[in-house]
Amino acid sequence: MTLITLNGLTKAYPGVIANDDVSFDIDKGEVHALLGENGAGKSTLVKMIYGLVKPDSGQMTFNGEIFAPAEPRAARIAGVAMVFQHFSLFEALNVAENIALGMENPPKPNVLSEQIRNVSTKYGLTLDPDRLVGDLSVGERQRVEIIRCLLQDPKLLIMDEPTSVLTPQEVDVLFTTLRRLRDEGTSILYISHKLEEIKALCERATILRHGKVVGTCVPKDETAKSMAEMMVGAKLKTPKKSATKFGAPLLVVENMSQKSIDPFGTSLKNITFNLRAGEVMGVAGVAGNGQDELMLALSGETLTDAESVKLEGAFMGQSGPVERRLRGLLTAPEERLGHAAAPDMSLTENTLLSGFQRQKLGRRGFVNKAGAAAFAQKIIEEFDVRTPSVRNTAKSLSGGNLQKFVVGREVLQNPTVFIVNQPTWGVDAAAAASIRQALLELASGGAGVLVISQDLDELMEISDTFAVLSEGNMSTPRPAKGVTVEEIGLMMGGTKV
Amino acid sequence: MIRLEPRTDPSRLMVALTPILAVLATMIVGGMLFVALGKNPFEAIRMIFWDPILGEFAFYYRGQILIKAAPLIMIALGLSFGFRAGIWNIGAEGQFIMGAVIGGATGLALYPLDSFIVFPLMIVMGAFGGFIWAMVPAFLKIKFNANEILVSLMMVYVAINFLSGMVTGVLRNPEGFNFPESRSFQQFPAANNAELWAGTGIHWGVLVTLGLVVAAYVMLTRHIFGFNIRLAGQAPRAAKFAGVSPNKMIAICLGLSGALAGMAGLFEVTGPAGKLSTTFPVGYGFTAIIVAFLGRLHPIGILLAGLLLAVTYVGGDIIQSKLSLPKASIQVFQGMLLFFLLAVDVLVNFRIRLTKRGSA
Repeated sequence: MTLITLNGLTKAYPGVIANDDVSFDIDKGEVHALLGENGAGKSTLVKMIYGLVKPDSGQMTFNGEIFAPAEPRAARIAGVAMVFQHFSLFEALNVAENIALGMENPPKPNVLSEQIRNVSTKYGLTLDPDRLVGDLSVGERQRVEIIRCLLQDPKLLIMDEPTSVLTPQEVDVLFTTLRRLRDEGTSILYISHKLEEIKALCERATILRHGKVVGTCVPKDETAKSMAEMMVGAKLKTPKKSATKFGAPLLVVENMSQKSIDPFGTSLKNITFNLRAGEVMGVAGVAGNGQDELMLALSGETLTDAESVKLEGAFMGQSGPVERRLRGLLTAPEERLGHAAAPDMSLTENTLLSGFQRQKLGRRGFVNKAGAAAFAQKIIEEFDVRTPSVRNTAKSLSGGNLQKFVVGREVLQNPTVFIVNQPTWGVDAAAAASIRQALLELASGGAGVLVISQDLDELMEISDTFAVLSEGNMSTPRPAKGVTVEEIGLMMGGTKV
Repeated sequence: MIRLEPRTDPSRLMVALTPILAVLATMIVGGMLFVALGKNPFEAIRMIFWDPILGEFAFYYRGQILIKAAPLIMIALGLSFGFRAGIWNIGAEGQFIMGAVIGGATGLALYPLDSFIVFPLMIVMGAFGGFIWAMVPAFLKIKFNANEILVSLMMVYVAINFLSGMVTGVLRNPEGFNFPESRSFQQFPAANNAELWAGTGIHWGVLVTLGLVVAAYVMLTRHIFGFNIRLAGQAPRAAKFAGVSPNKMIAICLGLSGALAGMAGLFEVTGPAGKLSTTFPVGYGFTAIIVAFLGRLHPIGILLAGLLLAVTYVGGDIIQSKLSLPKASIQVFQGMLLFFLLAVDVLVNFRIRLTKRGSA
């Protein structure tokens, strides 16, 4: 039995066709995967189903009837629910209040709390309706969003990248829930970059490239590599590292503590580790366990005890970002727009953020615009950044392209120590592979590389040593070889399962 | 419900035309104001905008325009750096007064010394006076995160009272029959900022202002300091990443704008005003805020906007004497200019959507 049929959906924005004649269908009680690189048109398609965007042409049928939701409310009434990648929750309110805010006619608070308890026991999603959302882990916050959807008794549940913020154990719980929903006849449209998960969960997959359907497959019969190649439309190379012995410690961090300024932030507690020449150290952890704080303290944007950070023998805890850069410590923060790059400035101007002093893009404070433009040009050529010119603004680039620019800007400055947070977050497979390759080459060249990431597969692929950040504590780094995903999951903690 | 929706791609032409549209809208609504006051609007508008530049007595008014434009431009240049970085010094009027008092007092202390060093020393002390006054909100902002808008504004009224305390106290002219004013700088040649060429209105302050316009332009477009200012305003987190310390930025921006306002005050008190008195503050420090925004926070724009506002000042004097309109009418007129500038700005960058209540 078919639940929803998409027939020739087309949506064009100025200069780009986001969806071009997209047709497929989802059966009742099917978990259907939607695959594609960034910018392939997945989110536009989902927004059309959820009533946020109107198609230019084409139509949908839902349960055999013409389906053209004018707004999300209409879609919800028809039985479509969606869990977004970014949550819309108020940290200062409790779970039940947050759920009530998203409902059309919320029942009385005690009735609603009862309903929440029922649904959470039924589907194995432990959640206390009276707890403040600000105190919940990311995994638990996602449960709030899911339960909000389930209370509407949806026929089709859309999930956008639901596992990117979860520990492996939390993923298992989520999958159990989703399978139970499927068995009860709910259809699920599942969007993810994690192809192993799709193999484990989904019955069919539709693959989008440049807004068009380029194929369908049964994930169980494919390998992750073959699906990735269908998404990209080309053969993929796995990044490789030439075997190296580690050299002397470059960055020594000892008992680094830092109280977070943000009331909902995480304080760093006695962080201690050595990063050696030629080493790629992976730091795993669920978002919100001190990653941002660790990044800021290492880059020099927040200062710590002078002796807590030692770079090639020099105490740097009280030195700002410029001094650290001149000594060879370069960083690439997670947030591309607004932190690693200024959105409204050109790529040329954006080279000045970290390159002005180290690349000597000026004399006596006067900016050498030609030099900066040449450096920007070098970055876009060597890192295959797709942009019409270096004069384009940072915000005009797609996420993956901007990430290549940001990583390229630092890597081309020959760092002694390079620290990067979420190097491939939201970046498509091909770009992610080239970024990882660049990190490995950097380490092969004798630099120390610290990668903070929530993507365990990525860390397993490139790390020599491995540590976990949990509630501001960092575990003792251990060799990455032989660590299983289950072990890491237990180290990461997070939600009690 | 009325909603403002950001335009994804605001028209560049409209952005450039905004100041001109604002001036036109001000003329129209200002004309209506003059009608309400029972005057011929065309005559009034002509007297404000035309007579000072090309009218019968323009040879006199043109000098007046330069005299009034110089302090406006000098103050606005300083303010524009802070405004770009998101640091709001609203108290330039107070820094202007303190520059005049401290710099003026330095000169008066040396009276009647006839040395070439007196005037340069007064300029330095004038800038220092404004700088110190601006460092109060800067310090409070850095130390206690006190809002610099409120603190700098309140410091204006402290400065006004400090000035009147001085001119009725230690700085009062001993030969001045107890009037609340200082010795005249016009009778103290070593400290006098006289017209350099008779009848042109050009004094040292005008020349320094022109130099500052060029310097500010170079700083903003070529120097890393100007780049960091823009960065701090557009993307504060990116600025921290680049190693720009927010606290240093606050101190530099407030200090710089204070020093320029103080210097403008010194040139004013030793030249056009002639002496310290309780009537010395005429609101240049506040009008300069309009100049800075009307000039798009860009040095060349500020130069033009300063001249335009100076024209309305001189034109305001003309309509006061010829049409016997109240002084407040020209102040309303200037206020309207800022209002319309901001209003047109909003319409260029946002579109208005009417939505039914309750729909998402």
